[in-house]
Formats: sequence, C-alpha cells, structure tokens
Amino acid sequence: MLRLVLQRLALLVPTLLGLSVLLFLWVRALPGGPATALLGERATPAEVARVNALYGFDRPLPEQYLTWLGQLLQGNFGVSTRTGTPVLQEFWLRFPATIELTLMALLFAVGVGIPLGYLAARHQGRALDHVTVGVSLLGVTIPVFFLAFLLKWVFAVQLGLLPSAGRLSSSMIATHPTNFYVLDGLLTREWDAAWDALQHLVLPAVALGSIPLAIIARITRASVIEVQNADYVRTARAKGLRPSRLRRRVVLRNAMLPVATTIGLQVGLLLSGAVLTETVFAFNGIGSFLATAIFSLDYAVLQGFILFIAVIYALANLAVDVSYGLIDPRMRAR
Amino acid sequence: MIRLTRTVAVVTVAGAVLAGCAQSEREQAQDGEGGGSGTRDTFTFAASSDPASLDPAFASDGESFRVARQIFEGLVGVEPGTADPAPLLAERWDVSDDGLTYTFDLKQGVTFHDGTPFDADAVCANFERWNGWTGILQSGNLSYYWQKVNGGFASSDEESLDGTGKYQSCAAQDDHTAVITLASPLPEFISALSLPAFAMQSPTALEEHGADDVGGDAGAPVLPDYATAHPTGTGPFVFESWSRGQQVVLRAYPDYWGEQGQVQRIVFPIISDANARRQALQAGDIDGYDLVGPADVAALQDAGFQIVDREPFNVLYLAMNQADPALADLRVRQAIAHAINKEALVAQTLPEGTEIATNFIPPSVAGWSGDVETYDYDPDRAQELLEEAGASDLTIDFNYPTNVSRPYMPTPEQVFQAISADLEDAGITVNAVPEPWAPDYLDRVTGTEDHGLHLLGWTGDYNDTYNFIGVFFGARSVEWGFDDPELFEMIGEARYQTSVEDQVAAYEAANVAIMERLPGVPIAHPVPSLAFSPDVHGYPASPVQDEVYNVITLDD
Repeated sequence: MLRLVLQRLALLVPTLLGLSVLLFLWVRALPGGPATALLGERATPAEVARVNALYGFDRPLPEQYLTWLGQLLQGNFGVSTRTGTPVLQEFWLRFPATIELTLMALLFAVGVGIPLGYLAARHQGRALDHVTVGVSLLGVTIPVFFLAFLLKWVFAVQLGLLPSAGRLSSSMIATHPTNFYVLDGLLTREWDAAWDALQHLVLPAVALGSIPLAIIARITRASVIEVQNADYVRTARAKGLRPSRLRRRVVLRNAMLPVATTIGLQVGLLLSGAVLTETVFAFNGIGSFLATAIFSLDYAVLQGFILFIAVIYALANLAVDVSYGLIDPRMRAR
Repeated sequence: MIRLTRTVAVVTVAGAVLAGCAQSEREQAQDGEGGGSGTRDTFTFAASSDPASLDPAFASDGESFRVARQIFEGLVGVEPGTADPAPLLAERWDVSDDGLTYTFDLKQGVTFHDGTPFDADAVCANFERWNGWTGILQSGNLSYYWQKVNGGFASSDEESLDGTGKYQSCAAQDDHTAVITLASPLPEFISALSLPAFAMQSPTALEEHGADDVGGDAGAPVLPDYATAHPTGTGPFVFESWSRGQQVVLRAYPDYWGEQGQVQRIVFPIISDANARRQALQAGDIDGYDLVGPADVAALQDAGFQIVDREPFNVLYLAMNQADPALADLRVRQAIAHAINKEALVAQTLPEGTEIATNFIPPSVAGWSGDVETYDYDPDRAQELLEEAGASDLTIDFNYPTNVSRPYMPTPEQVFQAISADLEDAGITVNAVPEPWAPDYLDRVTGTEDHGLHLLGWTGDYNDTYNFIGVFFGARSVEWGFDDPELFEMIGEARYQTSVEDQVAAYEAANVAIMERLPGVPIAHPVPSLAFSPDVHGYPASPVQDEVYNVITLDD
C-alpha cells in the first residue's frame, strides 16, 4: 500500500512538469495581455510597454518559463497582477471556502446519490426506479448556472428561506481562525455564525452537487443490479445468508468499487464546477477568483491556481485508490 | 458504506489540517457603535469586485474610488449631482494670473481619523509624496492619475517622467493656507483634484503604516499595510475591515466635521456576477447595486425597486477613418451622418433615458455647444450627398468589437446592426469586420490605418473638456486619419485659456468646428443606472460618481 502511494506521488512530478508547460503556454495564448487588461482602451503603446517590462512579459518565452519554474521551486508562486498580492496568499485565503463548498456538495451527492441508486436497483423496473433514472438524467443535463439561478429564485427571492449570495451575512460579526466558516463558528462557539455559514452553503452545494449526484446514483444503480445477479451472490443466498446481511456485506460492498472510482472522478468535476457556482453565488473561493483572473489575464494566478487544483485532483484520486484497499480485501493483499 | 464515510472523514480532517496551516488574514471585526439594535443604520451596497487598493493614490478603478469616497476627501469636491468643482477641504482658492500659483484656504477644525490635524503641512506632505515617488511606485498601474495629470515625477529613471511634471512645489503659508506652485499651467488642475486619487491622507498614518513601502522587487508590486488595512482620511466613514473577495466594512467617524447622517455602518459585499447582484437585491440581502443591466431595469421597476440614473458622463461615437479615400470626402461623411437614425438606435439598443449625442462631450461638461451642426436623420439627403460625391455604390468596412460590454456601449453588436441597417437603406454596402475587443479590435482601430467605420467611446474622469476632445482630436492620430493643424491648435489654445468664460467659449467654438469637419458621428450618452430597495432614500447619484453615503436615509 505504501509503495503504491509513493509510486503515485513520484508519477505526479513529471505530470505536473508537463502541465506547467501547457499552462504557461495556454495563458499566453489567451487573447489580449495583462497590460491591456490593466490599462484599458486608451493606453498608449509606451504605457503598455512599461507594464510589460515591469512584469517581465517582454522577455523571451523560454526565459519567462524558466524564471517562473525557478520561483515555483522556491515556493514562490508570483504576485497577482490584478490585486498586487502574492498568489500563495490569495490561494490560502480562498481555499478553505472551496473545500467547504466541495465537501458539502460531495456530501450531498454521496449522501443522496448512493441511497437513491441503491433503492432504485432494489426496486428495478418499478415506479421508484423510473423516477430515479428520470431525475438523474435531468440532473446531468441541467446546466449548473441555470439550476443555481432557479434555486436562488425559489429559495432566496420567492420564499426568502436561504441567502442568495456570499458566505456569511454581512450583519454577522464573527472571528475566523481557520477560514472554514462553519468550523470557525463551532471552534469559537459562535453558534449563530456557524448556522449562518451553513445556511449560505446549502444552495451552492446543492447546485454544485447536482451533476455528481446524478452520476453517482446511476453508477450505484447499475453496479448494484450487476452484483445482485452475480453468481457469488446467488451462491451466498443459496447457502442461507440472511437477506439483510447479504445485502450489506456482499451486494453493497462489492457494488461500491465502481462507485468509489466515480466519486474520485467527481472531485475534478466539483472543482471545475466551483468556478461557475462560486461566481453565481458570490462565494469567495478559488473558483470565483479564477474566473476574474481569466478576464483580467492574471497570468500568475491562472498558472498557480490551476497547478494547485491539479495537485488536489491527483491526491483525491490517490485517496480513491487507497480506499479500494479498504473496500476490497483482495486489493489490500496485493 | 461505513468505510466510505471514514474516507470522507479522513479527507475532512486533512482539509482542516491544511487550513490550520493557512494563516488567517481576516481582521477581527470590532463592534460597531449602535450596530444591530434599534433603527436601521447599516447600508449594504454590492460592489462588483474588490477595491484594487484602499489607498486611493494607488488606484484608478471605480470600485476602489467608491470605497475611497467614503473614507477620504480632497481639497476640491464637486457640486452635488454635477461634475462641477466645488470647495471641500479647501474652502476657497485663488489662481494667479499666469496660472502657476494656486493658494488654497483650508477648512479649519478638521482631523484625520487617527487624530492628526488636517492643515497646510498635511496638504504639502501629500503633494510631495505623489511627486516624490520613485522606482516601482512610478508604474502606470499604481500612480496612474498622478502621471496622467501631472505628467511626471521629481526624478525618474524613465526619461519621459524625469522632472517632466507640472507640479513644482508646495508651501505652508500658515496653518490653513497652502500654496502650490506649478512649473507650467495645468488648466484642469482644480477639476482633477476632485479625483479620489488626489484625496488628502493622514501624513502620520502614511508614515506609520509604510504607505510607500510597496514590496516585490521581482517586478510585481505587493501593496503595503497602509493600502490594505489602514487607509486614513478625513471623510465621514472610517475603515473597519476588508475580507478579500468577501466584503469591505466601514463605520461612521464620530468626529466628522460635517453632517454625520443616519448611516452608521457601510457594508460592500463583493458580488462579481451581475445576475447575482440583481438576485441579492431581490432577496433583500443588499440595499442597492451599480451597473444595472439595461435588460433588468424594467423588471426591477415593476417589482417595486427604485432605479436611479446617473447623469451620463460619457460618449459613444462612430468614427470615420479619413485614411480611407472614400471617407476623406466630407460629403460622404455627411451622408453617413444623415443616414443614421440615432433616435431609433438609442431606443432599440441603449438603456432607457440615454441622451442622443450631438457633441463629442456630454452636456454636463463645460464647452458643450447647442450650436453645432446636428445632421438630422434624412435618408434622402444622404443619398443626394452620395450622388454628389459620385459614391452612389459605396462599399465601406465597418469595424466593431465582439464579446465586450463597455459602460458607454453595453451591446456593440446591436449598435453595429442598427447602424449598418441604416447605411444599407441609404444605399451603402457595409462590409462587416467583427473582431474581439482586446487586443485585435483596439489595436486595429487605434494603432493601424486599416479600418473604415468603427465604434468607440470614452467615459470622462473629471470635468475637463480636454479630457474628451483633447484625447480624441488634440493631435494627429491613426484612429481618425486626418491632419488638421487648425483644429489641433484651436483645441490646444482652448485648453490654456486662463479665464473660465474664455475657455468655455473657446471650447464651444472648437466643438462647432469639430462637427463642421465631422470626423465621426457622436451617437449617444448612455445612462448608467443604479438599483435600490424601496426603503433607501436620497442616494446622491453623481455623473462622476462622487457619491458619499452620509446623506442617505433608510426606512425601518
């Protein structure tokens, strides 16, 4: 198991190196330049040249890349051209928000998706099954931003039950030792702040989790149906295993393998979906910051943030591989 | 299932540990006076982005200035609801006949938020600070306005900025009289001083919090403590906290020299998405927001929200490049002007309340003339003119930008379509040349001769005619493709008139001359709108966005 982890971590190095080259070229292929984005439409060529020289954007590309890489190795991710703050600082400031949001979304997707898929499989071909398949089809096809606006319109504007934007009500004065707002509220015993932060999480998490939920439900359903009809299940049943024990220990556990893989893959979907969801809900995470960075052509932020996201994605999938071992004893033995 | 939950738990814990490593930047919010209980005293106004800097001297963007206007005041303000300069921290000023010496009589009994008295020494400290910036502080995205208005610094490695500024010196004649001497006349000096970039800041706080210690020697500036956490001015509101990407909070300054008003706390939540701002207003999460989309105005009004229009301070125009031989013929340009139905265009494509333009400056700017040729909509006349010019089967390139929305041009594609339909009606064949806004479109129309008709505009910074027509027609440029020394001289001379009446008359004459020559067609002054919940009263909408919230009242 440890070897597997180390192997995968070692593989991460060339992957990230390759990604860094692609990223570096990609941000520079975006139309326009940071100087134009900063200075506006009546910037003189001299002003543009001065800004470019200031940030080193006038140097040859290989030199720019090597400079950046050299800084990266020293843990320096550069400075945002838009905010004048180090990229690393911007990242750590917003990262807790995105983690909070993706975890809530994942919790929603897994917590509802697996039971839904499981129940649909057990009632295969009946009404509940059809409803589940229909709902999950809808979940995959509705664009996140549309769902977000719909949710806000119903729950924030019409019913006034939940806040429409932000992470915390502006009237809420709270301390934030960790920047995980819900956790902060619990740690500092500011229960009202924790509750307020939790309420702010509900709509974005549901919007963000909808597609993963649909996918997880479908995979769970398919997987459970397959396992239910497997020979070893029939054998176990024939040997007189109690149905409840059969379902829990044999069917569910065996059906969970593909589901775990799917969940790992959803982390990527959640992180990329966060760009849209966070923007729509004015949720101050890395996604919404990335979205503004695209428009202001903030090279350092784009490069740094996307690298971070790649690392998180890789680690999440590593965690899934490790979880195989937990679910399936055969994997552990290997 | 159980094991899975455990995995999730492991991830959660890992996340928490990671966050523990992350240092919290957040300031601990203090209890605002009277926060929460009794009457409503918090005004919540959505911002579209973080301020670039809380130190307005390092800012040039609207969101920074919006916050700065609450915290800071300049020597010069503006008359409410107009763009005209008015006394603020300077109660009056005298300008010497040669236009080089400005004597400011300062308001007495004003203190900065840190208790430092506001006096002539403080004024001089600010001017000396701006002029004395060196190195990285001279970068265009930090000291944009000082460079733009003054034209240089005391000294610089850059030849074009080295001692080239107009500012010469500042002296404190006595505690309440500051004398500023210029090296050469700067007619827009007083107007420019109304910009938040030139607001008065506490010399003590600037020093204490290292306002000029901009870090990042690698070439990328890192803002100092002062610009991120300690802005200190004389305005009605004191800075409380700034949670990046989240909100900026201000609270009332109890020792403010003027009227304190009802609002005791201002919150600027940052909501970058325009639809999200609208929904936040509808949900009651905010009291108001800026830059309301033209499409949302009617719906918000129907739902009982207030729409407040700013007087426009911008212009949208159609330029006609005279490097194109066909457009070099005045009759062709006149034909195009007559062919455009501005009224229909404004009604179809621009926000309600938008004014039709006849000058290249908005009516609120000094020097706007009612006597200019207006080239009213007349397709028959357009065809006659084309025949006279022997250009009945004219084909012309029409450059327009795509996927961009500017304050003076929310939907360029629609404007293009309306104008090109009018031109086709007059018998002109339009060859559409759409391009992405930056850099392709801008590079082409402002940097090359290869363009025909194009759409562009401008939003003014402060009440200065030269800031509009000087930028457009002050010298030969490839955007317009003509060389007319007479016109350039007219505009240049108008700029340096010392008496206000003479200057206004000279600018009016220049505007008439421009419209005779017809280098382009001024189309409209699109109106920017704000939206508020029904219980907000007295929002001080201003063409130059000089909007300070101490005058607002809120219903319970």
